[in-house]
Amino acid sequence: MITMEHVCKSYRIAKRNAGFVEACKALFHREYEVIHALSDVSFTIHDGEMVGYIGPNGAGKSSTIKILSGILTPDSGTVLVDGHVPYKNRINHVREIGVVFGQRSQLWWDVPVIDSFELLKDIYSISDACYRQSLEELTELLNLSELLRSPARQLSLGQRMRCEIAASLLHRPRILFLDEPTIGLDAVSKLAVRDFILRQNQTHKTTVILTTHDMQDIESLTSRILLIGKGQILMDGSLDDIKSGNESIDATIAELYRTYDI
Amino acid sequence: MKKYVSFFQLRFAMGIQYRTAALAGIVTQFAWGGMLIMIFRAFYQTDAASFPMSLSATASYIWLQQAFLAFFSVWMMDNEIFDSIVNGNIAYELCRPVNIYNMWFAKSMATRSASAILRCFPVLAVAAFIPHPYGIDAPASPLHFFLFVLSLIMGLAVTVAFTLLIYVLAFFTISPQGLRMVFISCVEFFSGAVIPLPFFPDKIRSFMELLPFASMQNVALRVYSASMSAEEMKQAILLQVFWLAAIAAAGKLLCRFAEKRIVVQGG
Repeated sequence: MITMEHVCKSYRIAKRNAGFVEACKALFHREYEVIHALSDVSFTIHDGEMVGYIGPNGAGKSSTIKILSGILTPDSGTVLVDGHVPYKNRINHVREIGVVFGQRSQLWWDVPVIDSFELLKDIYSISDACYRQSLEELTELLNLSELLRSPARQLSLGQRMRCEIAASLLHRPRILFLDEPTIGLDAVSKLAVRDFILRQNQTHKTTVILTTHDMQDIESLTSRILLIGKGQILMDGSLDDIKSGNESIDATIAELYRTYDI
Repeated sequence: MKKYVSFFQLRFAMGIQYRTAALAGIVTQFAWGGMLIMIFRAFYQTDAASFPMSLSATASYIWLQQAFLAFFSVWMMDNEIFDSIVNGNIAYELCRPVNIYNMWFAKSMATRSASAILRCFPVLAVAAFIPHPYGIDAPASPLHFFLFVLSLIMGLAVTVAFTLLIYVLAFFTISPQGLRMVFISCVEFFSGAVIPLPFFPDKIRSFMELLPFASMQNVALRVYSASMSAEEMKQAILLQVFWLAAIAAAGKLLCRFAEKRIVVQGG
């Protein structure tokens, strides 16, 4: 179970106008603006739930994921993931979670993907039998058999992404954070990844928290939606709640953003 | 522990696949070593008696230095680590049950070992056939050879601990370039990479030998050709142990502090 209560996080950002003169001025006097990435965010997610975490750019989605995965310490508020405070005891906490950052890579660039997997096996101390089973399952579902022996640098974005997702699931995490996992994927890979996430949730009861701008992801995967804007939770409900008539999902979400003026 | 061994293995396996880099390195090391020996030869011809080490000991020092360059060159830092801090890929490392400091230690040891293993044998083999006093001599005794290997590994560990300090400090600055430059210059000068430490004036030298930089390449390269007394060797190796413990402790502390206040920027 994941609970966040009254969590706040703000960043200080140096700002200046364009141009050389302004740059010189900034040498002596710097203007900072405080951005409230999260202000008073509270929600609870139960085991086995699949939650879509949506909001416009800069709403605070990634900050939330970072706090939940233990790599960012909030300014105030309490966070509990399965009874642990993620940023207090990072190493114990991260054993139970899997994270995919769609924008970053966790595979070793110059060695075959399978080497990265073997390393992860040792990092998480996965037993041989368990590892073999996970790997077989992931290879089959994500169609990786052709990719495992190639160096990560020679894979295309979509191929790499499938390997990234597999890498995050080798240790069978109970909670999975997916930060834009379908970014840059072709239609086939997208469907494969979605299918896979669904199955993972159904068969292993993995709790999934998904942030994405691809509303089809949300539509096909999640039953519950958390809408965040300007650092606050604006809506917590199901897709059916917000859908009116036969509008497409994109139009629905755009309408939603407009309603909340975010 | 096993996971750090795995880090070492994977990084080592990765390191030995860069064959062209190794070949280019070997060529550079011969050119550089040859040049240094010619310079020292010119000095020794003026007055050999006024130097603290014999020409053949100096030549051995230089060839060993070239053979194990990858062990001790602080400027050979792992750009992957800097990149992961600057571009935020460190986020993934932080999502794993590993201690960042230990992981970097294992990785850096592996990178340097892989690179040195590929380069040292050709350099040593050829230098052994260069006529006396310009080539590399056999070690002074089996004991000296044993102490040489020991202090070589200790020196490597001290060097790695020192570079880790620079990686960790990169958490606190937006660009690590400035810190790198300052540290590299200090190490090159004070460790005996430019001129062996015995060549410095006595007063300055006795101070320099206490600094952590003297616990890097200085000890091993001088032990090999017996240009240290037994008492000096003992002290020097104990000092290596001390500096390794001190620098690693400082690095770990700083790393723990950095992890707490870290902000991974960007989506």
